[in-house]
Amino acid sequence: MYRAHVLVCGGTGCTSSGSQKILEKLNRELDKQGLTKEVAVVQTGCHGLCALGPIMVVYPEAVFYSMVKEEDIAEIVEEHLLKGRVVKRLVYDETLTDDGVKSLAETDFYKKQHRIALRNCGVINPEVIEEYIGTGGYEALGRVLTEMTPDEVIQIILDSGLRGRGGAGFPTGLKWKFASSNRGNVQKYVCCNADEGDPGAFMDRSVLEGDPHVVLEAMAIAGYAIGANQGYIYVRAEYPIAVKRLEIAIGQAREYGLLGKDIFGTGFDFDIDLRLGAGAFVCGEETALMVSIEGNRGEPRPRPPFPAVKGLFESPTILNNVETYANIPQIILNGADWFASMGTEKSKGTKVFALGGKINNTGLVEIPMGTTLRTVVEEIGGGIPNGKKFKAAQTGGPSGGCIPAEHFDIPIDYDNLIEIGSMMGSGGLIVMDEDNCMVDIAKFFLEFTVDESCGKCTPCRVGTKRMYEILDKITKGQGTLEDLDRLEELAYYIKDNSLCGLGQTAPNPVLSTLRYFRDEYVAHVVDKKCPAGVCKALLSYHIDADKCKGCTLCARTCPAGAIEGKVKEPHMIRQDKCIKCGACMEKCRFGAIYKE
Amino acid sequence: MKSLEELRAIREKMQGKVGMRSEDSGQIRVIVGMATCGIASGARPVLNVLSDEVQKRGLSNVIVTQTGCIGLCQYEPIVEVLEPGKEKVTYVKMNVDKALEVLEQHLVRGHVLGKYTLNETSL
Repeated sequence: MYRAHVLVCGGTGCTSSGSQKILEKLNRELDKQGLTKEVAVVQTGCHGLCALGPIMVVYPEAVFYSMVKEEDIAEIVEEHLLKGRVVKRLVYDETLTDDGVKSLAETDFYKKQHRIALRNCGVINPEVIEEYIGTGGYEALGRVLTEMTPDEVIQIILDSGLRGRGGAGFPTGLKWKFASSNRGNVQKYVCCNADEGDPGAFMDRSVLEGDPHVVLEAMAIAGYAIGANQGYIYVRAEYPIAVKRLEIAIGQAREYGLLGKDIFGTGFDFDIDLRLGAGAFVCGEETALMVSIEGNRGEPRPRPPFPAVKGLFESPTILNNVETYANIPQIILNGADWFASMGTEKSKGTKVFALGGKINNTGLVEIPMGTTLRTVVEEIGGGIPNGKKFKAAQTGGPSGGCIPAEHFDIPIDYDNLIEIGSMMGSGGLIVMDEDNCMVDIAKFFLEFTVDESCGKCTPCRVGTKRMYEILDKITKGQGTLEDLDRLEELAYYIKDNSLCGLGQTAPNPVLSTLRYFRDEYVAHVVDKKCPAGVCKALLSYHIDADKCKGCTLCARTCPAGAIEGKVKEPHMIRQDKCIKCGACMEKCRFGAIYKE
Repeated sequence: MKSLEELRAIREKMQGKVGMRSEDSGQIRVIVGMATCGIASGARPVLNVLSDEVQKRGLSNVIVTQTGCIGLCQYEPIVEVLEPGKEKVTYVKMNVDKALEVLEQHLVRGHVLGKYTLNETSL
């Protein structure tokens, strides 16, 4: 028995900011103080507040330490764990009140969240199956196998209104229903899409790292529902922590007989194997993913036939995303009505978003569907740094679009986002302020799809490349107004004629920025200016002679030797030498350097 | 895993452990003074026995935690019991046996153990 639990975040964010070292140091210090039998150290998955990592939470008081350094550990152990004095200077300041420390659940970041898929992330040790069982794990599987028929399972999922969290939003129950015919007579497969590839998205990664058993449990439930006894998780090799924890989880589940033969003594057999992807974006597309599991080059094939009819190894297959699976056990335990009571009319439940870009609380949040973008950005996300103004949010990554400030109050759900030309996507949410150039953003995503296009079909392979070239031309100030029309024409052509989702959605970032920020495109083309001051070819740096004190700091900083001037006299930037790096502007103490 | 009962048995066993990581309001807070004065007069075994016993009995409404010096060093080890909506009860000069008595009478049955409280002890 332990009197206190110290949770150290072992998610990817905190691991890269040094949580492993903290864990080791913590164990050493506890040993030194003779506390190893009184205080348990638990490595957990992601808590969500990645911006404040490395994170450490001490229970039973639930004190939340943020940005902990190795040097701080000795103090925390001696002061807090031994003597009971909370080390206030390290406590997340949102939780500090005049008379002590308030609960984390009451902070702006967590208050409006509702964690279902992330329920166990940051709470349990993902490498210990007993902790998962201790919070109700595998109960849903047990009940399904012993008390329900496969059709009843499918009916609950249908009634709950759960839709695919991978981005397209197809009703999960319907998918299962399609694959459920011919139960028992045909070989079938259950697959999990853990090939999360959108730049800036790390929801599935966090679930796999923080709560891997929930995916295994849900896949076994799906196997029972459709009549399959083999599952595959397709996860990218670039997620080493997720892969390791999945391997551990599968091993433990087999040991306990929660995977394998005759589960819960019901005669139901189900096993899961991992398949590692090499990180190709196109392998997140369902047909390409299955082709890759089969051992072939990951390229999509035409649909129909849909996977529910002919999928992996030509057999009926269901493929769901990690987050979709993470909801399943909770729906079974709490009922379809409970799940359907959250969210909007056509989008039920919650959605996990990875907040990134120009936002204070970079991290992972889970909100009920229908929460407004404003709430997510301003309240949960803590607003935009440096008092800058919100310009747009990008959702859906390279397949999605942007939500401009005029739709700041839109309730986030599948249909609303489609309507305004964006999409839910897998859950990346990148916030942009007035310093972001929308043409540049569109170009960034296009560059990504050009790289990731598998090359099988021409519209995507050649079309995205041509679009990228036009965008490049515009950002260099060589575009014409005809280019804008051509860009749009190409975009619709690629959408209509590409083979798979990658090509069909690749033009979305361009179309949506053209729709909401056409004036920025026009400024690049007609005035040869980049209003946000991002596109280097359209910028020039100048020194305001009235403000310049002649301190020579800028001249000494300039890597290109482009600044001239005598001491105590106004300096000047030579445009022929300037490489537009902006170093001088950052250094100037008098705000005398400006760009236009 | 051959039955749901088997699974539930594991869960029961684990509940005490992971149950600590919840943040329900309305819990009874048991606070043990663990400053130098407290430790010197034996607060650590008191803290440990309370914490172990609460987990062993699965008292999910009780959390056992620690604090620094309360200022009454000569009465350490001190154990405070804070129940929502009730006045704070301060037990003084605790040891392992007295602490177990407090747990049994006060935390489980709800009777304040007058003989050990600060009010009953002459200052």
